[in-house]
Amino acid sequence: MFTQFFKLEWKQYFRSSYWQKGLALKIIMGFFAVYMMASFLSLGIFSFFILKKTMPDADPLQTVNSFLLFAVFGDLIFRYLMQKLPVMNIKPLLILPVKKTKLVHYVLGKSVFSAFNIFSLFFYIPFAVVLMKEGYDVGGVLGWLATMILLTQCGNFTNFIINKNNIAFWSLAIILIGTIGLQYFGIYDATTLSQSIFDGLVANPIYTVIPVGLLILLYLVNFKTLKGQLFLDDAIKEKVKEANTVDLSWANRFGEMAPFIKNEIRLIWRNKRTKTVFLMSFLFVLYGLIFFTQETYKNMPAMLVFASIFVTGGFVLNYGQFIPAWESAYYKMLMSQNISYRKYLESKWFLMSIMTTILFVLATPYLYFGLDIYLMIAAGALFNVGCNTLVLLYAGSFNRKQIDLNASGFGNTQGTSAKQFIIIIPVMLVPVGIFYGFYFFLGLNAGLIAIATLGFIGLVSRNYFMNIITQKYIRDKYAAIHAFNQKA
Amino acid sequence: MIHSKNITKKYGSAEVLNIEELTIPKGQSFGLVGNNGAGKTTFFNILLDLIRPTSGEITNHDVVVNQSEAWKSFTGSFIDETFLIGYLTPEEYFEFIGDLRGMNKADVTSFIAQFEEFFNGEILGKKKYLRDLSKGNQKKAGIVAALLGNPQVVILDEPFANLDPTTQIRLKKTLKELTQNKEVTVLVSSHDLSHVTDVCERIVVLDKGVVVKDMETSQETLKELESHFAV
Repeated sequence: MFTQFFKLEWKQYFRSSYWQKGLALKIIMGFFAVYMMASFLSLGIFSFFILKKTMPDADPLQTVNSFLLFAVFGDLIFRYLMQKLPVMNIKPLLILPVKKTKLVHYVLGKSVFSAFNIFSLFFYIPFAVVLMKEGYDVGGVLGWLATMILLTQCGNFTNFIINKNNIAFWSLAIILIGTIGLQYFGIYDATTLSQSIFDGLVANPIYTVIPVGLLILLYLVNFKTLKGQLFLDDAIKEKVKEANTVDLSWANRFGEMAPFIKNEIRLIWRNKRTKTVFLMSFLFVLYGLIFFTQETYKNMPAMLVFASIFVTGGFVLNYGQFIPAWESAYYKMLMSQNISYRKYLESKWFLMSIMTTILFVLATPYLYFGLDIYLMIAAGALFNVGCNTLVLLYAGSFNRKQIDLNASGFGNTQGTSAKQFIIIIPVMLVPVGIFYGFYFFLGLNAGLIAIATLGFIGLVSRNYFMNIITQKYIRDKYAAIHAFNQKA
Repeated sequence: MIHSKNITKKYGSAEVLNIEELTIPKGQSFGLVGNNGAGKTTFFNILLDLIRPTSGEITNHDVVVNQSEAWKSFTGSFIDETFLIGYLTPEEYFEFIGDLRGMNKADVTSFIAQFEEFFNGEILGKKKYLRDLSKGNQKKAGIVAALLGNPQVVILDEPFANLDPTTQIRLKKTLKELTQNKEVTVLVSSHDLSHVTDVCERIVVLDKGVVVKDMETSQETLKELESHFAV
């Protein structure tokens, strides 16, 4: 029976939209995955030596131990927010002659291998290997490693128990913030407690039996609760969120664009993926901090300009590149309505410009890094509004991949094609290149003026370009309808 | 009046639709019947300019549908759930479509109010997004949205599927009322022979993309259709 389940998993994984992609995209994503794993691995390997170098008096293992308690709590909170027990995919199995106990074991057993549990291993295992190599007691280190793995699993199963409970979440959050607070003000030192617990464990690996017992207990509790809940009106219920309707009649002042703008706002706010993109664009504002704070980049203005475009460009870049695929689900309907393509596209331009302006206002504190930086951001913002909006709208007419709005937002690449990588050239590299050209021969200000002028030209000749874009959308209508009908 | 001339649609070498001539006079209630793959939805999609015919053209009230978009302002349609915007509530969806058809919020509200019985208390004020409604209720919302803004032509693909018996009867009543004054042309397709004979004054049977029967509805129509499909 479990081999059958395993086969199902296998098919689910390899037939998911994740793999139904072009080769180029697979390679790029493969590189990205390898890069992520390599960085975690190297963190595990080198953290011992880094700790030793920065704190030569302290034992690296003890330093790590003193923070483990925080890690455990932080992990729980993270899981609470992100991890759900995948019960929905056993729904088709419920009416088949399979024992419920088996289904429950299957669901719970599967969760053991979830990415949330695997990730931390990339730190713990290499760290433990380095410890043993550096002459720590092998038994002690193995006990420590086993405990860490067991605690991760305990976190896994604790999460499923408390997941439906808001009180549990807030108590966890309060405990974590409370201890950090007490620590900060020197009232109570939780690191000592953490350190003594885990140091004791290294000294007496036999204590590993405690997390073993805890894990068995948690598994049994999970098993019992879930077994009693395998009903369509209980655990296996699609959660239906209550609609929250906000009055958007203020948008009526935009005349013919109003219905589209209202719709766009609802589109962004009520779907996971668009919401993630929207909220991420605010994080992009902070992107500049990485560059502006480092000495290395001080003399590389091209890099700084690159970062400056990102600061205000988060929304334009991330949202704009999937226009009109966001609306792929009902694009057919839109095309059968009496709409003006021009107004439809203009509403999108308008939204991108407004968002860029808002992000630009939010970026005002960058004045702290000096006027030059601020001018770079201003020039970048003007370029984003003037040129990037138009380029992305035009590029959007090449979008041929359907996007399922109901799918989750995080790390979802549905709708991505090679186009999404090519588009980086005109929207990011061209302005940086132009800046660099002018900067090289005429200096910083000339470079900035060049970018700003380009943005300004785009803004002034918007009408002309919008006409071209509208024509392109009308020409490509059938191809887009056809492509958006294909489920990704 | 809808006039279709030499419409064909080919995918590669496979011909899925080939209708030499089809004229639907203004005010007619027109039914399209056929098995799966007969080309009903393809015909509607071409009529709505959602796919291009391989040859031929359709005129909708003197507008060639793939040359001008003027037909959009007097044509209402509902093909399938992908015509709905999943993340809107039904009220918002009606408002959106109404907006595009030149109705203000008050117009939409009063228009929708007529359909209270049709909705059977399951659509309005439920605080649910369209994506969370059942198939039948989604269909109800889609059909009513197609009627917004007094269209001269109403196109409904499989309107009876997924509807409960009461709503099927109410829908038949609504469709009959629409064509009463011979002002509104109604095109429906269906798998349900008895519904279609009830509603439509003319029925066209498609088979593998070709018109095989074209008849005025009479007492014997249902029998004739049943014997045609009983193979």
